Amino acid sequence: MRLSTLKSRQARRELKWGLIFITPWIVGFLLFNLYPTLASFYYSFTDKGLIRPPESVGLDNYVRLLTRDKQFVKSISNTLYMVVVAVPLGTVFAFITALLLNMKVRGQAVYRTIYYLPTVVPAVAGTLLWLWILNPQYGIINYALSFFGLRSPAWFGSPVWARPAVVMMGLWAVGTSTVLYLAALQGVPQEMYEAATLDGAGWLARTLSITIPMVSPVTLFIAITSVIGTFQIFTQAYIIGGSGGGTTGNPRESLLFYAIYLYRQGFVYLKMGYASAMAWILFLIIMVVTIVLMRSSARFTYYES
Amino acid sequence: MNRTVAVTESARPRLRTMPSTNKLLQQLLKHGALIGIGLLFAFPFVWLVLTSVKSPSEIVSMPPTLLPKVWRFANYKTAVTTIPFFRYMGNTVFIFVLKAIGAALSCSLAAYGFSMLRWPGRDVVFFLVLATMMLPFQVTMIPLYILYDRVDLIGTFVPLILPSWFGYAFSIFMFRQFFRTIPIELTEAARIDGCSEPRIWAQVIMPLAKPAIAALILFEFMWTWNDFLGPLLYLSKQSNWTLALGLLQFRSQRETNWELLMAASTLMVVPAVALYFFGQKTFIQGIATTGFK
Repeated sequence: MRLSTLKSRQARRELKWGLIFITPWIVGFLLFNLYPTLASFYYSFTDKGLIRPPESVGLDNYVRLLTRDKQFVKSISNTLYMVVVAVPLGTVFAFITALLLNMKVRGQAVYRTIYYLPTVVPAVAGTLLWLWILNPQYGIINYALSFFGLRSPAWFGSPVWARPAVVMMGLWAVGTSTVLYLAALQGVPQEMYEAATLDGAGWLARTLSITIPMVSPVTLFIAITSVIGTFQIFTQAYIIGGSGGGTTGNPRESLLFYAIYLYRQGFVYLKMGYASAMAWILFLIIMVVTIVLMRSSARFTYYES
Repeated sequence: MNRTVAVTESARPRLRTMPSTNKLLQQLLKHGALIGIGLLFAFPFVWLVLTSVKSPSEIVSMPPTLLPKVWRFANYKTAVTTIPFFRYMGNTVFIFVLKAIGAALSCSLAAYGFSMLRWPGRDVVFFLVLATMMLPFQVTMIPLYILYDRVDLIGTFVPLILPSWFGYAFSIFMFRQFFRTIPIELTEAARIDGCSEPRIWAQVIMPLAKPAIAALILFEFMWTWNDFLGPLLYLSKQSNWTLALGLLQFRSQRETNWELLMAASTLMVVPAVALYFFGQKTFIQGIATTGFK
């Protein structure tokens, strides 16, 4: 009897303090997450400008985006290009570099440091650096290409080559995925490899039938986070497009990515209701892609327990 | 973990007998691949620094020179006076410091509430914390901008700093993971001694949480240094610009002075790289345990 009152007093004490301790987060959640999410949903059905009070337009914003806005379609297809090209390439490249960095060689720590270094470079500095390296006139890469007698593309000056160049920049800063793969590789039990070796499996067979299945949960995680990140790609394209809101997306709108167009609508044209509708379509796309990836992965992802 | 690796390593030569020349060749191939890809990662850095000390006429000369004919370190002096570099750097550091202090306090408090105290509904609320990570910034940025505009905070640092003072998922999660490794007996003993919960947080838990605080400082620095969209939206006043915005000034001139731009970029990259070298272990562990950068 006495013990139980003591226990319930302790439980009440912990509840009281628990709520006090998370109060800052609750306030932040209401102010920085819940309120703006609801407000954005409401705005998406209005013609809200920066100062103009919102007036309902029904589904107009959505209908216009999906049926009449050619630039919106352009921004979707540009972004899908990045999702389809950059995400698989980045994932495979990260896996290969992780395999290399997992080999027991002298100087392993030095190699790991160098491979990760580009990832800590701020996006602005990294983009400006690549603008210089890929400069059509004086860039070192085009000089190297001309050395081999190859035609030199204008990279960020060309609507055909700008996106591949952005993909390349992404591969340079692939370190986060590499680190995740490295952690996963170190979790694969060594006995599995030894048993396979005794059975006569070569390196390729071991990689295909042990390593890749064993790291598949990390592959799924990387795929989901990279798809989400790619749908939000902004900084690089904004800088490459040149200064000023209107020119973002250059050359010839080949870098008009989803987040760039959303920014343009919301903060250059101040069509905030329209931009909110775009934000919600983005939110839906991200949720659908995540769910589809997670569902379909049940077939090829291996979990130990 | 380390021991099992060592054992299997020593057992290996007995499993496979390989001639030593073959092994040597294998080592050579391994290093060759590692160095080859390593050069691809490292070369842009080398080119960044080399360009930053060349003369304007040398960087546009064809064929390009690898090493500068004359090392013009004066480029750095010109670069930091062409734009108010140190003012921008000061702004960035100011934002970083205030964000880090706020996040260390609010996130550790919340994490304490989610791990050291038991209360009904706790895990449901924690799930909500994690769920906020799914929300893209694009959804919240427009209403938030309108809100800040209404209270006249556009142009100030406040919109960039304030959210950190109210806790956010990544760091709450990180602190919580760390707190769960602290033996429960410590807090229980303190409670029996009559310590209040805030005192346990301040005097028992936080002194033990230095590694987590170090990781938080590192991440906050990297995020603040890297952030572009946030400052672009909120810092309309040029005197309040961060480095990320300020660097673009070199681009908006009619003719880009690449050597100056590269010098300023080098100065921006150096603190990030230095901090990475300094806290590599903390940083990598943070990524590996949370899955995010």
